[in-house]
Amino acid sequence: MQDVLLDVQNLVVHFRVYGGYLKVLDGVTLQVRRQERVGLVGETGCGKTTTMKTIMGILPKPPGVVRGGRILFKGRDVLSMRPQELEHLRRSGISMIFQDPTAALNPVFTVGEQLEDAIRYALGRRDHASVREVALSALQSVALPDPPRILESYPVQLSGGMRQRVCIALALAYPKELLIADEPGTSLDVTIQDQILRLIHRLAEERKMAVILISHSLGVIREWTERVYVMYAGTIVEEAKTGELFARPLHPYTGALMRCVPKLTGTGIAEGIPGRIPDYFDPPAGCRFHPRCPHCMDICRQRKPQLFPVDENHRVACFLFGRNSRG
Amino acid sequence: MNFSRYLLRRLGYSVFVLLGLSVVVFIIARLVPGDPARAALGPRATQEAVEALRAKLHLDKPIYVQYFFWLRSVFQGDFGESLYTRRPVIEDIREFLPATLELALFAGLFMAVFGLLLGVLSARYANTWVDNVIRVLAYLGIATPAFVVAIILILLFGMYYEVFPTIGRLSPGISAPPRLTGLLTLDSLLSGNWIALVDALKHLFLPALSLSLGGLFQEARITRASMLENARRDFVAAARAYGIPERVVIAKYLFKPSIIPTVSILGLDFASLIGNAFLVELLFNWPGISRYGINVMLRKDIEAIVAVVMVLGVVFTVVNILVDLVVAYLDPRIRLVERGE
Repeated sequence: MQDVLLDVQNLVVHFRVYGGYLKVLDGVTLQVRRQERVGLVGETGCGKTTTMKTIMGILPKPPGVVRGGRILFKGRDVLSMRPQELEHLRRSGISMIFQDPTAALNPVFTVGEQLEDAIRYALGRRDHASVREVALSALQSVALPDPPRILESYPVQLSGGMRQRVCIALALAYPKELLIADEPGTSLDVTIQDQILRLIHRLAEERKMAVILISHSLGVIREWTERVYVMYAGTIVEEAKTGELFARPLHPYTGALMRCVPKLTGTGIAEGIPGRIPDYFDPPAGCRFHPRCPHCMDICRQRKPQLFPVDENHRVACFLFGRNSRG
Repeated sequence: MNFSRYLLRRLGYSVFVLLGLSVVVFIIARLVPGDPARAALGPRATQEAVEALRAKLHLDKPIYVQYFFWLRSVFQGDFGESLYTRRPVIEDIREFLPATLELALFAGLFMAVFGLLLGVLSARYANTWVDNVIRVLAYLGIATPAFVVAIILILLFGMYYEVFPTIGRLSPGISAPPRLTGLLTLDSLLSGNWIALVDALKHLFLPALSLSLGGLFQEARITRASMLENARRDFVAAARAYGIPERVVIAKYLFKPSIIPTVSILGLDFASLIGNAFLVELLFNWPGISRYGINVMLRKDIEAIVAVVMVLGVVFTVVNILVDLVVAYLDPRIRLVERGE
């Protein structure tokens, strides 16, 4: 087995709210190997961003509470790291591109101020000239025109595509081993989104970075990743090589998700999935998908299915398959 | 930013605002029942003397003619004569305005410094005992009128524990610094008179504190709410994600966008202090313009009333322009919109 870079085991995260807890993450397990491009797909609200923020140690606490599980980055436990170690991890280990570039940029500082701060603290450099040089080359590497002018600009003066590129420059101003890309370009039009994904792909190749690409778009996942995790309501329900998953989706949720994709050649609108993401305050017992599942059995209402390997490159958490079905 | 054009435009608007204010105040001062000339001369004066004064004040002419006379002399720097102090009104203002300005400046300083400090503490330790104590104090501070605070402070620190003086601007026996700006602290600083400086600061402390408390806690509440709201924003999480140290994230990336609403409200609170300082000035025997303004209103001293209101209007306008400039400096979004980008 290739060298594992990130190993998340059974992560449980709740959010404290008035009168109780939202049980959002209910045992998320995923691995990322060095230089691997991994996809994470699921409906809005299924906990993708929460998982990633917990991995980076930037989950707001309160209201977030980590109730269980482990996050190992290169064998070191992220959840027990001291603040300085976490800062170091974010400077040299993991970086993240946020969903909405407009929200992720501070509106009252120039791009230069934000970029130079990130570089200054990461590299521990004081002299302005060399920090500025790194900042300019970071902007160049994301193919932004006229970097000196961008440095002087405030986010509000840039277009959506430019803001997204600035965010990538900020995340990758200096070498990282893992990039988390949270729905990059979703807020932009499809041609710009494609450019952004190409850019991330190129940077990951050049810098030998692993990438976790989060998306609710199966098309994006199919095109840009090697391996996919399918997430539903705070749990991983299926994991497979990308080609394998699209050829043979096993979990009822994965199948339903695929039937939701509108086809350019097809007629009429795509099928939806009946029902909606469960209430996290009082989630369904057993398999969290059971209220929406067409194959729901008695056991699904009582026990939570574990990820079970149907073959070497394919695991699924469903009682229809493997040992789960017998137990 | 095209700074000078922005400033010019703001000043242009202000001229119209002040002209409008002058018309309103001028008319109201003359519509209030009672004859100012009779009030000035007393009940025993002869009818002829009263008529003569009315003619001198142009009170026998139509109101728009009166306004025209008034406006013409104002542009010559003459606000008329007070019927009460029998001096040119402009001299009264020159005497009383600096005392109130100094008081308001210190109250404003308290509001800015302690309001922000308490707000930041409250947000940093949100929902802990620190936050709860500050929030309870804030309710009390906002709900208690400044004059009640003043009375409590006078009793506590002026009578039971004689730590601070409670009368006037300087202790008797201390020689006042030469009058340059009229602000005692600034004048004594400029002339190197340290004894007067310390004494003036001691005199300022209690009245400025009582005047500032309401606004101070208002500022604290706004800062707390704004910081907690921004703390949930992605740009704060993003700053952390890029490896920026926690103290820089809080003190820079969270603090600056969060104080913008505080600064806007602070400006309004500060400007309204000057007109609302009356009871505090009365309790501390502070020779300020607010107290002067109420006195001239009670005596129907029309020239002085109009002049005081105009001075307060000018202060309000200037403070508002300054606040807008500070906010535009803090928030590029406003600055860039002004520029039309």
